[in-house]
Amino acid sequence: MCEMMCELGQLTRCDGDACLMQGETCVTTAVYGPTEVRINKEILDKATVEVVYKSKVGLPGCAEKMFERIIRNTCETMILTTAHPRSGINIIIQEMQNSGSYLACCINSACLALLDAGVSLKFLVAAVTCLIDNEGEIILDPNSKQEKDGKALLTFVFDNKDFSIVTVNTKGSYSSQQFKDCTSLCKKSSKQVFEFYKKSMEKLLSKDNFVK
Amino acid sequence: MVDHAGHVYLPGELICNLKESEKTSKILVGPGLRQDEESIIVTKCGLLRFKEPNFYWIDSHLKRYVAVKGDPIIGIVAAKAGDVFRLDIGSSDLATLSYLAFEGATKRNRPDVKVGDIVYAKCMVANKDMEPELVCIDSNGRSGGLGVIGRDGGFMFQTSLNLIRKLLSSDCILLKTLGNGMHYECAIGMNGRVWVKAKSVSHTIALCNAISAAEYMSNEQIKAMCKKLTNALAGF
Repeated sequence: MCEMMCELGQLTRCDGDACLMQGETCVTTAVYGPTEVRINKEILDKATVEVVYKSKVGLPGCAEKMFERIIRNTCETMILTTAHPRSGINIIIQEMQNSGSYLACCINSACLALLDAGVSLKFLVAAVTCLIDNEGEIILDPNSKQEKDGKALLTFVFDNKDFSIVTVNTKGSYSSQQFKDCTSLCKKSSKQVFEFYKKSMEKLLSKDNFVK
Repeated sequence: MVDHAGHVYLPGELICNLKESEKTSKILVGPGLRQDEESIIVTKCGLLRFKEPNFYWIDSHLKRYVAVKGDPIIGIVAAKAGDVFRLDIGSSDLATLSYLAFEGATKRNRPDVKVGDIVYAKCMVANKDMEPELVCIDSNGRSGGLGVIGRDGGFMFQTSLNLIRKLLSSDCILLKTLGNGMHYECAIGMNGRVWVKAKSVSHTIALCNAISAAEYMSNEQIKAMCKKLTNALAGF
């Protein structure tokens, strides 16, 4: 696993935010919610989760919409949407630097921002990317150059309750054995991500304990 | 056991061996905790708090207010709609306030409330499926300090919900200590809004700064700050 760093509470206007760096890849996420939601998007018995992805340059196209959809579905499974019916939870993801393992970084930063905002969650998620290169070797957290040369790119998202798979996103061709190997490897390193969450939040809340 | 208290918990974590009440062998869980069959699951990130005999809750840092029944709230009148006023209280929905829910209000004698007024009210109905409903009277029909505030001066500002809980807790001496040095009025809403009024603008500014600065101060630090502040205001 490459090194992870995060900053929480840097933005002032939103309800929660996180700037996450995984290796060279960096993403900032802001969370607003629970807020009011447009009438046509209102759901009677649960909150509407919306994800907006902003790339560094250019207008959003199909790829970005797909990206938004993956993150939205992942976030919706982790948020306790029934706790805030007829309201909206908006997640805005801003690309800062894309140097590989990008989807994983986006999902992890969204998770941290939701934690910072104090939105009710069923569980946490941790995303890990791995790459199968042309020799069949598995590389964890590939950079963008490795991604270009690799055979298949797999991103797994696990929850912190029983470490089951929440989301899988793959590109390229691989055998079922390779898929199994990648799953178990990523599952192992997802635990490091959860430890990182815990450490970051303990640091953030430590000043609280000091006073009381 | 009690040792759990004060530790940071993340959503999805299970908490076991909580202290039960001796009589009923039950646990009372508050915000941030949820029962799932036999175990207690955390739903919000924060510090676990415990109060004798069997109360547990998670103390989390929220910026967005979610209405709770019985909370005193400072709202801003956003619209007048027939029989009710619609108030912005900083949560996901506008709250409603009936024009009859004021002291001495009758159908003929309507209260004088305009759009943009600041109203200090209590939350009567807080349900996730319905919009919050506010009142400015207690069960005896008295206002008890509730109602339109800030017509003749004063200043309202937004703080974190965490600071509000601290200000209102019995351990916090800030408001009392500030009162030793100067006269002031203040209204504190659980939705993160604080309204203060002192005898001059400079006093009001000083009060606002003192309150916003106190979030992570201990009682000794608060005492020292208040002493400094009163000296500065007196012109030393």
